[in-house]
Amino acid sequence: MPAPVAPEHTDSEHIAPEPKAAKSPSTVKRFLAYLKPYRNDLPIAIGAVIIGASTQAIGPFLIGWSIDNLIGPGNLTGLVQMIAALAIIYTVGTLAIRVQILRVGTIVQKVLAQLRQDIFNKIQSLSVGYFDRSEAGDLMSRLLNDVSVINNAFGQSIPQILGNTFSLIGIIIAMLLINFQLGLLSNLVVPIMIITTSIFSRWARARFRVTRQTIGELSSLIEEDISSVKEAQAFNRVDYNIEAFDALNKANRDANVDAVVVTAAFLPSIDFLNTLATAGVLAYGGYLAVTDAATVGTVTAFLLYVQQFFRPIQILSQFYTQAQSAIAGLERIFSLLDEPENLQDNPNAIELPPIEGRVEFNHVTFGYVPGQKILDGIDICAQPGQMIALVGPTGAGKSTIINLILRFYDVVGGSVNIDGIDVRDVTQASLRRQIGFVLQDNILFSGTVAENIAFGRPDAEQADIEAAAKVANVHEFVTKLPQGYATVLGERGASLSQGQRQLISIARAVLIDPRILILDEATSSIDTQTEKLVQEAIAAILKNRTSFVIAHRLSTVTQADQVLVIQQGHIVENGTHQQLIDQAGVYAKLYALQLGEDD
Amino acid sequence: MNALKRVIKILRSYLWLAVGATISLLLLTGANALTPQLFRRGIDEGIAQKNLDVVLATGAMMVGVAIARGLFNFGQSYWAESVSQGVAYTLRAQVFRKIETLSFSYHDQAQTSQLLTRITSDIEQIRTFVGTSLLQVVSAIATLTTIATILLIMNWQLALISLTAIPLAGVLLYRFFGQNRPLFAQVQQKLGDLNEVLRENLLGVRVVKAFAREPVELQRYTQMNSSLVSVYLKTLTAIRNTFPFIFLLSNLITITVIGYGGAQVIDNTFTLGELVAFNAYLLFIVQPVLLIGFAAPVIAQAAASAERVYEIIDAPIEIINRPNAASFNRCGGRITFENVSFRYPGATEPALENVSFETKPHELIAILGMTGSGKSTVVNLLQRFYDVSEGAIRIDGRDVRDFELESLRSHIGIVFQETTLFSGTIQENIAYAKPNSSLAEVIAVAKTAHIHEFVEGLPAGYDTVVGERGVGLSGGQKQRIAIARTLLTDYKILILDDSTSAVDAQTAAQIQSDLDRIMRERTCNAFVIAQRISTIQSADRILLIHEGKLAAQGTHQELMRTSVLYGAILESQMKQPALAAVS
Repeated sequence: MPAPVAPEHTDSEHIAPEPKAAKSPSTVKRFLAYLKPYRNDLPIAIGAVIIGASTQAIGPFLIGWSIDNLIGPGNLTGLVQMIAALAIIYTVGTLAIRVQILRVGTIVQKVLAQLRQDIFNKIQSLSVGYFDRSEAGDLMSRLLNDVSVINNAFGQSIPQILGNTFSLIGIIIAMLLINFQLGLLSNLVVPIMIITTSIFSRWARARFRVTRQTIGELSSLIEEDISSVKEAQAFNRVDYNIEAFDALNKANRDANVDAVVVTAAFLPSIDFLNTLATAGVLAYGGYLAVTDAATVGTVTAFLLYVQQFFRPIQILSQFYTQAQSAIAGLERIFSLLDEPENLQDNPNAIELPPIEGRVEFNHVTFGYVPGQKILDGIDICAQPGQMIALVGPTGAGKSTIINLILRFYDVVGGSVNIDGIDVRDVTQASLRRQIGFVLQDNILFSGTVAENIAFGRPDAEQADIEAAAKVANVHEFVTKLPQGYATVLGERGASLSQGQRQLISIARAVLIDPRILILDEATSSIDTQTEKLVQEAIAAILKNRTSFVIAHRLSTVTQADQVLVIQQGHIVENGTHQQLIDQAGVYAKLYALQLGEDD
Repeated sequence: MNALKRVIKILRSYLWLAVGATISLLLLTGANALTPQLFRRGIDEGIAQKNLDVVLATGAMMVGVAIARGLFNFGQSYWAESVSQGVAYTLRAQVFRKIETLSFSYHDQAQTSQLLTRITSDIEQIRTFVGTSLLQVVSAIATLTTIATILLIMNWQLALISLTAIPLAGVLLYRFFGQNRPLFAQVQQKLGDLNEVLRENLLGVRVVKAFAREPVELQRYTQMNSSLVSVYLKTLTAIRNTFPFIFLLSNLITITVIGYGGAQVIDNTFTLGELVAFNAYLLFIVQPVLLIGFAAPVIAQAAASAERVYEIIDAPIEIINRPNAASFNRCGGRITFENVSFRYPGATEPALENVSFETKPHELIAILGMTGSGKSTVVNLLQRFYDVSEGAIRIDGRDVRDFELESLRSHIGIVFQETTLFSGTIQENIAYAKPNSSLAEVIAVAKTAHIHEFVEGLPAGYDTVVGERGVGLSGGQKQRIAIARTLLTDYKILILDDSTSAVDAQTAAQIQSDLDRIMRERTCNAFVIAQRISTIQSADRILLIHEGKLAAQGTHQELMRTSVLYGAILESQMKQPALAAVS
């Protein structure tokens, strides 16, 4: 539950931000640019913040003044008038705070929504190559976290921060005006507090790093052990696992207790400094009062101020550390947004006209990083309607060939042509719309079964969807689901078996009726009945289409018009199954040994 | 709430820490209450009387009280955190132990992700309750009582006025949380949904691009994003209808005190110092109410979490040792199934019905059947992963339920159909059942499983890290490691559940012949479960399981003659050559 107002107790993470942000004014500046659309709303929002904050600051000032100038001398009428004035001021302040909550909150939420939107837009326009990089997954999971850190830092604290800053400035000015010496004395403690806070932050950061590590280790152990309970019991490993768990569980507990030493000491230390300043004011003020250098009222008012004085400082210094994590998060987000989009439509790109399905690779050379040669001078010619089986060990370049047909990457040398047109000369959308794609990992999206089948043609009629499902042998299964085609899948919905997912992703490809089909045969075990359905569905979808199949099943390979045996980026053999067997070369050997084991 | 009571009972194990935290808390409350009195003394007896000694003494006392307050505050936070970490530790250990010992039938129905949530975030929720909310509530109540008492003693009229703030603020907060709980739940849900779409798009980036689906996904995300914003804006309305009024209430109380109290000071019935002190106490009135208000939803969430956690802890373990269970250490090789029927929990149809057979010593039994025929169930009952629903299974005449589970399982080696590798080295993976095995022992079994050469070829050999973050292995390589793992146990009975399905045919045949030899030499019985007839032709006896029943048994030759079903299966498998068999 989002706490609308930060509760009094300090959360440990407030003084222990994750990574330290590099000081980066340009990041902040760029973030501020997100405020531009709200140029017209900002004055009202800021005005409300200023009014709200100044009424909060002026209250204690007037109370102090009243004690000094009205209650002390016994001016009852003045006191009554002052109370009435205060009531009006506070009421105005309340109204201003209401306006502030709405206006500031709205702007902040809209800015954050824009930031999320920008991230998503960017992800959609980045090429597949970006996501193939190993660190991409890591980065993404951190980005999700970053947005919520920014939400916490700015969404919840900005009004509070602005309010406290104004109060602080107000109080400092008031103190200096009332009594310059006493004011200076009170302010002396401010830098000490800031330094203390930063020392504590550094200290806490080191200790919390250990806790993050221990909780990470503990979580991955839990995850692994929970998913393999059956093995543990079958192999009598339960006691061993419990002991191993206990060690990590203890280490995590102890690391957390170690870390809390720092956070537990932080507030008392600040409180101590606070009191030290108060006592200083009392002593020095008392001295001034005794020597008639200040009135009793002045000193009393000061005591009131000093107490009001430290909360803003405390909140601001906590915000400083929180803001650092937020800025680090912003930096990561902006660096994603700045990621170059390597693969863009050529300015003169045309819409690919309806194709027959002839695919040619002309001397294609390719590497994922400069200098690397995953494919080296590949020539392929697939006539419309032909089935091409790609065979070879993992890492030979089979998936790369598929990546190039779909133009997930651009060739380094040579060209990939479809119906004689270079894939780089057409728009990506028009190219891919005519290519069907069935992956090994069949990813379903949250939504209904019908929406998942209509993935490539969201406006498809129900009848078309059902027809595709029938071709893919999944119609019967879907109609048995509780809500049929309207059954919701995904995290919170029904879960399907691997085989059923595969059937749905075949239906997905059937529905767009592509001329070219790409199929990465699944290696994972599917039960026999579903397997039969999958085989039939694949046979149906391959018919009359140019197809590229990364084959794992012998039955598939034997049907191919061309079997391409790929090794280390070269096509080493090319022919039908029978021709290659007769050649008694690499394929014949693979056929006997490797085919079954290849992932 | 019962579950929360059980959580609080755990505090008994951390009694001294809890007592330390509570005492520190009470002392802290006292010290907090004392501070304004020092203010009063400093003003009334020091500054007003122009007595510098009193002023300085009061200042010194303030510093002294601040030091005490700091110590109590530290003690309170430190001990409370220690207690809460202790409670989390205890609960995690209890849940983990339970999960590890719960029977297969429980795990068949439980979802891994849910168990994971309970042992991580649910326990964290409970920890927050113990470490923060519980303390906040105790502290708030202690503060309210102390301050109310002091205020009533100092000036009962002013006190009564001030204390009206408590029920009013309480009502505002109660209304706020009561009315807006569904709204905050909605925020969480919409945020979760939005992140889910992002996650899907990252995971399925190839599918999205291959189907040129970017515009649709963008539209979907944009729509969800703005619907999230609109719910957020609703929460703003809820917030602005509550908190500004609580602040206003607090401010109005302050000016009433200043006005009424000021008049009393002018009347000389109240001193200036008392007024300042009274004003200082006001800070402590609304704050505890806010604390309780914020603690309330956390406590409600913790109660729900505690219920989910105890659901696991209280789950019955179905399969346990019977009293006087005997150790299983000799195996004569006579395994008897007597009219065994079995139904999986929650299933409507029985998985096995009236299965009866008896093995002879050193017999190699093959169990053949289609997916879902019940063939794996047969061996799952033998080592009591499940208990029979009817009938009995005996080893050398003794019911398996009369053996100690541990000794029974440690002498029955099984290679599961699905192989799981653990994050760790290959050596650790093979030595899974016997973590203290020597490398020589590991190598010996690796050779039998025909994986030794492959492992030797890896840069780090047996120290190569596999599993989620390690080197990826092919299905066949994983299966061979799983075979080696089982060979390292003290098996007397060996079970292979379709365990060379992903290994290439040639290697599979080699492994099979080695295993056949081992089975005959080392085991008293062995079972091979298979879908394909080709892998089991050498068995002494084949049990053909069909739709939960033992349809036929005999040697390959016998079955070819006598069983129509066997003949049909054989024929269908001959048609589909399956060198590259994967499934």
